[in-house]
Amino acid sequence: MAAEDRNGHDRALEAAGLTALAVLLLSVPWALDEFRQQLAAKYLCFAFPAVGLVLLWGYGGILSLGQGLYFGMGSYFMAMFLKLEAAAQTNTGSALSQFYGSSLPDFMVWNSVEVLPWWWRPFHSLSFTLAAIVVVPPLFAFLLGYANFRKRVGGVYFSIITLALAAIASIVIIGQQGYTGGVNGITDFKTFLGIDILSGGVKRVLYFVTVGALFAAVFAGRFVLASRTGRILVAIRDREDRVRFSGYNPATFKAFAFAAAALLASIGGALFTLQEGLASPSLVGIVPSIEMVIYAAVGGRLSLVGAVYGTLLVFSAKTFFSEHFPEVWLYLLGALFIGVVMFMPSGLAGFAERLLQAARRGLVAAGSAPAAPAPKQVEAK
Amino acid sequence: MILAVTDLTVSFDGFCAVDGLGLAVDEDELRCVIGPNGAGKTTLLDMICGKTRPTRGSIRFKGRELTEMIEYEVTRVGVGRKFQTPSTYEDLTVLENLEISYPKKRGVIGSLFFARDGELVDKVDAVARRIYLAEHLHMKAGSLSHGQKQWLEIGMLLMQDPELLLLDEPVAGMSPRERERTAELLSGISAGRSTIVIEHDMAFVRMIAHKVTVMHQGKVLAEGTMDDVQHDERVIEVYLGG
Repeated sequence: MAAEDRNGHDRALEAAGLTALAVLLLSVPWALDEFRQQLAAKYLCFAFPAVGLVLLWGYGGILSLGQGLYFGMGSYFMAMFLKLEAAAQTNTGSALSQFYGSSLPDFMVWNSVEVLPWWWRPFHSLSFTLAAIVVVPPLFAFLLGYANFRKRVGGVYFSIITLALAAIASIVIIGQQGYTGGVNGITDFKTFLGIDILSGGVKRVLYFVTVGALFAAVFAGRFVLASRTGRILVAIRDREDRVRFSGYNPATFKAFAFAAAALLASIGGALFTLQEGLASPSLVGIVPSIEMVIYAAVGGRLSLVGAVYGTLLVFSAKTFFSEHFPEVWLYLLGALFIGVVMFMPSGLAGFAERLLQAARRGLVAAGSAPAAPAPKQVEAK
Repeated sequence: MILAVTDLTVSFDGFCAVDGLGLAVDEDELRCVIGPNGAGKTTLLDMICGKTRPTRGSIRFKGRELTEMIEYEVTRVGVGRKFQTPSTYEDLTVLENLEISYPKKRGVIGSLFFARDGELVDKVDAVARRIYLAEHLHMKAGSLSHGQKQWLEIGMLLMQDPELLLLDEPVAGMSPRERERTAELLSGISAGRSTIVIEHDMAFVRMIAHKVTVMHQGKVLAEGTMDDVQHDERVIEVYLGG
């Protein structure tokens, strides 16, 4: 009999998936050149919101179409810190900066902003920035979620609210160019605490930090799902009304899942900015938010580790198609999504699970056939 | 007296489903509520457990006003509700269904670090045996038979250990054999707590009821022992005789 965990997943398969992923990701810096390693790092940052969506959507039944907002929060908070550090060091626009008596970020100078806005100031501090990355998005998500879920706003309505918020955020960022860098985003920073983040060695370290954080995220997700809170999320997903009569307030549990997903998205965003040297409104709006849902769906929305594979697969396909078929790459990507939805409704993870079950059945059948050398067959597995 | 309902009224778009109803249930009492379809029986339970908000009137449970509470608060003060159609968590196992109903650590953080202790394991064991599901602990609730689901839901209530148990047609859709076992089960679990049962099956009511309340058009038509109400002329007219 196959050992299954509390969510009905095959333990052996999940362990194999995690191990293979670890081997794959840890070998990247040696197997690929620096450019490819940088691409892999970027892809992995987007796996964070996808893992969060497995918790939120797969197990909590709450489809957020606006995770870009939380990815963007983490990304912009990190960018603000890096930009202030860059502004303090460099002489970009120095004449103007000195004229105003402060070192403003370059885009503020270009937009005739004369004083650093008050809400930029705390981002001089690294500890404030890190705290903001891990506290603000989940807190915001919790309050937003709780307010809606308490009033029993859910399902499609909640999805639309999340979508609208992500759209609003990207519009506000673009509109407030003097404070946010506008459509160009915040870019052009090279150091983190004086360390050159563009050097190969540092990039490699950051890559490993990202891989480590991603595994920590997957394991944290597994802990949540294995706990009683995980069971209650499933119960809420399937029968929210009944959960109230078991004495639970579903609103807090749903808001918790939303906050957890926001936290992961934010961490992904912060790591993205640190490695890509960019925070951009194009990573906040509707399109990136929906893409995050696609990563989770392709990986299998009930598998945390599957979400990482899903993200990697979609990005690799994107890169491969756009490099080799520049004219039709978007169509090919579309075909890939359609193929996954049609032939693997539970994503890569579900597909792998089915394959394994079929293989096991095949082995058992072969093992029980009288003439077959049964023990050998089983070992061959 | 554990439950006192006074002047309870609810109207949906002008239709009075329950109309100025009064009801008193004693400690350890098993009360059956009967009446024709549309008499407002289920609506009455919905209001007691917080699912429906009354237009007027009061429901006091151990001196606390239930009409001002929301569902999970009503559950937490000790009222358990079983629905007409079996409602269990189908994607969870029997064990997990029972475990979730254990009335401890109902917050997010508490649940996150909740660990099964000996007390819980013993209780799940005892309840599972009582509801005839001890052999099916690791089966998904969704794959149980209709009757077993009804039992599981009763078991979930037993885990909650409510002081007032509200049961809506607990034997509906059961085979005669299951019916018998359920009657046994109910008389066992209603000991030491108050229970309100809605039921259509007269033979079943006769088997379990201490006292019977007959509802008709949102009002109490008659109240008393089964024999009393069966000989009440108004009752015969609207219900039993019909």
